[in-house]
Amino acid sequence: MNDTDNTSVLRARGLRKHYGHGQGLVRAVDGVDLDVASGETVAVMGPSGCGKSTLLHLLGGLDRPSGGEVRLAGRRIDEIGERALARMRRTAVGFVFQAFHLMDELTAVENVELPALLAGRSPRAARRRAAGLLERIGLADRAKFLPSALSGGQRQRVAIARALSNEPLVIFADEPTGNLDSAATLDVLRLFDSLHEGGQTLVVVTHDARIAATADRLISMRDGAFVDETRLTGGTTGQLGALVGLEG
Amino acid sequence: MGRILLVFRLAARNLRRRPAEAALLLLAITAATTVLTLGLVLRGVTNDPYQNTREATAGPDVVASFAADPATGQPADLAGIEALTDAPGVIGHSGPYPVIGAELEADGVTGSRRTPRGEVIGGAAGAWAVGRDPAAASVDQPELTQGSWVRDGGVVVEAGFADALDVGEGDQITLRSRLCTFDTPTGPPDCGVVNGRSFRVVGVAVTAAARPYPDVCFAPECPWFAEAMEDEVPEGPPPDEPAADESVDDERFLETPVEPGLVWLTKADARGLAPAEELLSYVVNLKLADPTDAPAFVNAHHASTTGPGRQAQILEPWQDIREDHDQLVKDTAEVLQIGSRLLAVLALASVAVLVGGRMADQTRRVGLLKAVGGTPRLVAAVLLTEYLILALLAAAAGLAAGWLAAPVLTDPGAGLLGRAGAPSLTLATVGQVTAVALGVAAIATVVPAVRAAWTGTVPALADAARPPRRTPWLIAISARLPVPLLLGLRVAARRPRRVLLSVASIAVTVSGIVAVLAARAQADQDARLVGGTDPGTVRLNQVLLVITITLVALAAVNAIFVTWATALDAKHSSALARALGATPQQVSTGLSMAQVLPALVGAALGIAGGLALFAATGGGEDGVTGPPLWQLLAVVPVTVLVVAALTTIPARLGARRPAAEILQAELA
Repeated sequence: MNDTDNTSVLRARGLRKHYGHGQGLVRAVDGVDLDVASGETVAVMGPSGCGKSTLLHLLGGLDRPSGGEVRLAGRRIDEIGERALARMRRTAVGFVFQAFHLMDELTAVENVELPALLAGRSPRAARRRAAGLLERIGLADRAKFLPSALSGGQRQRVAIARALSNEPLVIFADEPTGNLDSAATLDVLRLFDSLHEGGQTLVVVTHDARIAATADRLISMRDGAFVDETRLTGGTTGQLGALVGLEG
Repeated sequence: MGRILLVFRLAARNLRRRPAEAALLLLAITAATTVLTLGLVLRGVTNDPYQNTREATAGPDVVASFAADPATGQPADLAGIEALTDAPGVIGHSGPYPVIGAELEADGVTGSRRTPRGEVIGGAAGAWAVGRDPAAASVDQPELTQGSWVRDGGVVVEAGFADALDVGEGDQITLRSRLCTFDTPTGPPDCGVVNGRSFRVVGVAVTAAARPYPDVCFAPECPWFAEAMEDEVPEGPPPDEPAADESVDDERFLETPVEPGLVWLTKADARGLAPAEELLSYVVNLKLADPTDAPAFVNAHHASTTGPGRQAQILEPWQDIREDHDQLVKDTAEVLQIGSRLLAVLALASVAVLVGGRMADQTRRVGLLKAVGGTPRLVAAVLLTEYLILALLAAAAGLAAGWLAAPVLTDPGAGLLGRAGAPSLTLATVGQVTAVALGVAAIATVVPAVRAAWTGTVPALADAARPPRRTPWLIAISARLPVPLLLGLRVAARRPRRVLLSVASIAVTVSGIVAVLAARAQADQDARLVGGTDPGTVRLNQVLLVITITLVALAAVNAIFVTWATALDAKHSSALARALGATPQQVSTGLSMAQVLPALVGAALGIAGGLALFAATGGGEDGVTGPPLWQLLAVVPVTVLVVAALTTIPARLGARRPAAEILQAELA
């Protein structure tokens, strides 16, 4: 956990996030060190309330740490201003949430193109990119569907396509299969597998051991701190379904 | 009974949970009910001051004035006046007194006057100068409020006129008459000062024998009388044109003052202002055996008068004079009633926005109520009762405030004695005000209440947000706009009803402002034309200002409410936008833009509405059809800037909460 590998795309040192004061002090994240190499898939696992999601938000620049530092592609992101942080989120990271967080009034393709529009791409380029991503995740025929007309798995795949919209360095996934049934979970894992094969860096937070088993590295977390790390071999290559017990 | 108690208890608890919102709701509806109450109670309240003045001055029952007829060259019909004083039913009279139209000049008072053909020409303020005896008269003896009665070289100015011109005892004024002749039948008259001299103001007095300044008029020209005569023109061929008096070389007449006041001076001084005795008008004040018969007496006399001389005689019953004194308050009441309608629309928007926001907040409570056995009807009853209680409180507060504030607006001005008593608060007024308050609350509440009542128990317990509307064409357009506009347009498009409320709120406010600006432009024009300051215009301007301030305040509260409700409603999409890379500034600017875009539409509609309102309420005299162009052009950008400024703080607060916290809360 203290690697100082120069190929790290994401690095955290002494990362802390505290809430409250005195006796009411809650140490959501408490002195975490982490290095994630480019193209690596890291799973963070732990019971509910152990600080997994908070850690993910700190790493992705969605929240500010109480202490420590976070570097993304070598640049400290815990010190930069809100505008620069927003620009970083726009270009360098993508988020996938358990609750999908799609905009209900936008179609699948409109949801996927939104980050590109926020990044200032032309409407035509954003739409072309979104259509390509939907094609890639096998939802081209659902491009004009509203989220309410999609299944849970389809929604999460749309959310993943949205996360890929601006070709981020790292995708942060927070319990990406938490709201999905087995079949949909398999679809999402296959998608992650293909991203992994394509060299995409992934940090996945989960409390599901079957999902964690698909990663290159599994980190266990408890009470805001890392308590164990396991480097997995085989990972997601080839036998994903069988490995996680989702296929017969 | 138990269920009713439960409904009231739950409604009261709901109100206590959010006291600030309840207070704002109360304030919004109270503003409308107060103005409506004022408008309704201001009817006929100047009767008492007029009556006081009539009693104190031995006011006449009929005022008759006779003028020389410029068409025939005949002097005023003095024999006709004598006959009138001997008419059946007349028990007393004063006069005939000579009257002359003049121009009055005092320090800093300048203006212009109008010829009989309607041309506006430059000059001083207009005045009717009445020659009186130094001794007191038995009928119409003006009551002095300053100084002493007329004497040679000393003039008494009617109190309303003196107040408007800001002259008093000891001041010096100049009175001049102007003689006009037509050199050619179709050309403009040639007018020039013929007689003029300086007088000292020796007193200020009130009378019940004349209309209030600036409506004072005597024969030969009274606009109201000319209109009445036009209405009475019988059908059939017009009467033969009178034969011109060949002995008259050319047509001569004394220029009549426009929008004049009234001054008294000695008979000799009045005659001294006239270039020739035969050009003078005369006035006689009649006392009847039965004052209530005055209108019948006037009608009978008019019916018996035919021919060319009819236009040179004007008879006026005291009831018409009282009516004109009432007009000031009636105009105020009319403006207040229009204002109350505008405020009711704004209150409706305020209540609808607040109720919408509170309903979203109460979804979980609705779920809990239904989970423990509450029927949809009970839920709707609780929600409706909450706002109906507020409406009843607002009606009571509005009635009390309006009733207490009315005497301020019923000040009869300097022209009458005493003050109006407490305006009457009739059952009809109470009923109307209460109905408006309840109507505003019910209209704004019934849809969200019924919708909440029929929400499924499980979704309500889950506090599921109402799904937003999708407007494909707006989404497509917004993709081509800069990020703040993209976000703003999409946020606005999610809730079209809220956008409509914003548009209505701004349109109503801008309508009011444009109408007020137009009224002020009219007042400025009047001031330029008349020279003095019409007390009615001053009063109306004050009322308009109060209504405008109330409108702007309510609209500001609405803009803040709507922005806050939008920020709350869009907190998830805003947080998501930030997670996807939008800056907090882009998000807060987007929330502001969601209000600014409807404000643009509302301002444009408001300009049209304001001009229509001004025209519908009798504006448009003297060529004034609206505010100056620069003011109209400034309305839209100023509105947009004000709305942008007002929405900045709630939008920033709405965008400040950490995105991670909001997105995480969705799972809780």
